[in-house]
Amino acid sequence: MNSAAGHVLFVETPAVRRKLRQEALAKWVFCAMAAAMVVPLLLIVGYLVVRAAPSLNLEFLLEVPKRGMTEGGIWPALIGTIYLVFISLAVSAPIGILAAIYLNEYARDNWFNRVINLAVINLAGVPSIVHALFGLGAFVYAAKFGYSIISASLTLAIMTLPVIIASTREALASVPQSFREACWNVGATRWQTIKSVVLPNSISGILTGVILQVSRAAGETAPVMFTGVVFFKSIERGDLFPYYLNEQCMALSMHLYTISTQVPGVKESIPYATAVVLLALVVMVNAAAISLRVYLRSRQKW
Amino acid sequence: MQCGPPNAPCGRWGGEKILEALVYLCGFSAIIFVLGIFVFVFKEALPVLTNENFSLSQFLFSSDWYPTSESNKRYGVFAMIAGTVSVTGLAMVIAVPFGLGAAIYLSEFCGQKTRETLKIVIEFLAAVPSVVWGFIGLTVMSKLIVQYTGAPVGVNVLNGGIILALMSVPIIVSISEDALKAVPDSYREAAIALGVTRWQLVWRVLLPAAKQGLLAAVLLGVGRGVGETMAVLMATGHAVHIPHSVLDSVRTLTANIAAELGEAPAGSDHYRVLFLTGVLLFTITFGVNLIADTIVRGIRRK
Repeated sequence: MNSAAGHVLFVETPAVRRKLRQEALAKWVFCAMAAAMVVPLLLIVGYLVVRAAPSLNLEFLLEVPKRGMTEGGIWPALIGTIYLVFISLAVSAPIGILAAIYLNEYARDNWFNRVINLAVINLAGVPSIVHALFGLGAFVYAAKFGYSIISASLTLAIMTLPVIIASTREALASVPQSFREACWNVGATRWQTIKSVVLPNSISGILTGVILQVSRAAGETAPVMFTGVVFFKSIERGDLFPYYLNEQCMALSMHLYTISTQVPGVKESIPYATAVVLLALVVMVNAAAISLRVYLRSRQKW
Repeated sequence: MQCGPPNAPCGRWGGEKILEALVYLCGFSAIIFVLGIFVFVFKEALPVLTNENFSLSQFLFSSDWYPTSESNKRYGVFAMIAGTVSVTGLAMVIAVPFGLGAAIYLSEFCGQKTRETLKIVIEFLAAVPSVVWGFIGLTVMSKLIVQYTGAPVGVNVLNGGIILALMSVPIIVSISEDALKAVPDSYREAAIALGVTRWQLVWRVLLPAAKQGLLAAVLLGVGRGVGETMAVLMATGHAVHIPHSVLDSVRTLTANIAAELGEAPAGSDHYRVLFLTGVLLFTITFGVNLIADTIVRGIRRK
């Protein structure tokens, strides 16, 4: 119903024109509000990359920190983060996926399962520092794992668990009920149906959810800083297996916190470069998840 | 569920029974972990509650925080509560209008392509690690604040509020968008049949119809803000006092735990009071998430 000059039926009265102006204004205001989130993000990321540029090279990734962490690279932190992410997901992904299978395929709608749902939602809302307190009380002291990679990874695992449950459930719920019924009708049991029909049809969605947790586990600082991550650990440059599981390690997120707040005289571009490496990790993980999702959508059969 | 799978014949499916038991166990794990978190954090805090030098009302309502004083140790977290409230409040003042505006733009005004792109950006915004946000607050934002407001220090309530707003916008946008989508199409059709503009549709029909969902979105944003640790630790400065303006430095409940847990000897009163702060945080976020979930569930049922 745009300005129809010469149109016979609709003549724009001042009221209509005012209405249209109002609509255009509203559209621009909302657009500006959406842009107000996107533009600063891009500017900030651009600024970080520019400031980080002098340190951004392969050498920075592979080198160990030098001269009291004021120079050098981030290898021990990078490899520590990889350790933490893999161990924590190796624990939380199976538990989370099985829990989601229970909630979506087995659970009836009764009070007990509503309590489980509530627990999942609340677990997702527990502040990260409370997870740290829990990890300290349960894994470091009560379970006697001490300050170690194991304690830190288990703390991270519990933190990523509710999100894995939620995303897996969504993937399972997107498999049409008729698929299951068809399988039951040829005599398959519930578990056989899950194994041969439900899981193969939802595996990409499940994987997407798990992959997205890589960036979350890699970025979290508070839960690991009191359970197993230290300021500094001396390891060899480029060493792939520098840590034992009962030892403490370094982590990228903690390293960024340390060198930007605790260590004086750090070479200017190093904290920026560390932040950019963390951001790059997040972008890569999200890109992987998004492409998996696009691929999934392209071959969805229903 | 109306029809179910056939029962497995007895005896032949032993492995399956074990797997299903495992599925049930994992399904219950969320409850175990939530209870575990509460029990372990509370257990560490408990001895201080029975300590005669400690009073709960002083803990909650006094702003004297002298945990390491030689003669007169006092543990009052009121200043930290004020810090958390002020930073989260400011963040919501910024994030709620922008988040709602962006959600309205996404669901009502923009085209399919723009929506897909914006959603990817918002997902990325949500995935940026909190320590990177903290770093941005410490470097980029604090410089800008000193430059434009003339504040003596750049790490203050305003800085933390802006950073926290950027962090909680993604959750507000995605939940609000869901709430707007959940408004029945018949409402829209009825309004459009009356000849309203899209602005009038949003203002007079969608917002009133979706107001509960929008409230849930805001609550989840608050929950995120209250529990955020690393970003506020780095961006709000470290002053334990009640803020009088947005340019004052503060310390939040979460930042207080993160900053002092490393120095508090295990088993000391100081250490236990930090765990008690954790119990307080757990309770707050538990309540907020519970209310938000009840609202969301109510909408789904409708």
